[in-house]
Amino acid sequence: MHIPDGFLGGGIEAAMGVLSTGVLGYSLRKTYRRVDKEQVLALGATAAFVFSAQMVNFEVAMGTSGHFVGALFAAILFGPFLANILMTVLLVVQMAVFQDGGLLALGANVFNMGVAGIFGGYLVYGLMKELVGGRYGILVGAFAAGWVSVVLAAIFCALQLGLSGVFSLPALLGSMLSVHIKIGVAEGLLTLMLVGMVVRMQPAVVADADGSALLVEQGGGA
Amino acid sequence: MKLWQLFLGLALLVGIVGSPFASHSPDGLERVAIDYGFIEKGEEVLFAAPIADYRVSFLESETAATALAGLLGVLVVFGATAGVGAILSKR
Repeated sequence: MHIPDGFLGGGIEAAMGVLSTGVLGYSLRKTYRRVDKEQVLALGATAAFVFSAQMVNFEVAMGTSGHFVGALFAAILFGPFLANILMTVLLVVQMAVFQDGGLLALGANVFNMGVAGIFGGYLVYGLMKELVGGRYGILVGAFAAGWVSVVLAAIFCALQLGLSGVFSLPALLGSMLSVHIKIGVAEGLLTLMLVGMVVRMQPAVVADADGSALLVEQGGGA
Repeated sequence: MKLWQLFLGLALLVGIVGSPFASHSPDGLERVAIDYGFIEKGEEVLFAAPIADYRVSFLESETAATALAGLLGVLVVFGATAGVGAILSKR
């Protein structure tokens, strides 16, 4: 779902750039000097894994593919603020090194996958975890949040395209949704499996209320 | 095994071995752009990225070019993100 340069209008690109920069600044402030030294490598390795998984597109319908986004896997492990930072770094590398996503569209891509997807999905994760409770709550939450993150990203992507005037907004929304509600199921399942694996290996990582035990000290505010 | 070792191992495995098996079909956004006739708006690039389309340019074999792009990407993303994490870490 990486938007290339040329799809969006300048106003939308600028607005999204400002928004995404603002959120990144807030995330950096929330996490500054709060990341555990031993967990720095885990953050890098998670980003590397998400990068590799994003390379492997799979068929979702005849002639259309999708790929894992991984934003919620990162958010459940590290909390939404570090996940926002991780996704921003990832999208910058993908844009600058691999020509995946445009330079002027970077703000929009960060907003869709790294802001709307993460914070929206993370809200759903918290709700489901609370409602269902226990280990099942974490797993149900992981699936639901993964699905929501992809669908939200698709909705915002369609809105940006529609507001840029490339095509009619209702048609864009309908088409983007019909593909991404399917891609979202794969995202949810993979998020559930990965989080399930981590829960088995190191339950403490995802056990605390805000899900950020791996990197940020409890009560650290992030 | 530590989690970071497992994740980095998985990243290398998926990035090098898995990536050549990726579907070449257009993704959801590209599909919509093709169907609605605005895909060509995105064809002009502002700058030439070193490993465009996740393939290193100097290798003939597409499998090898993609696998090497995967390896390089995993290392760059690991380094960049861990670097930012180190800046954010406790003193």
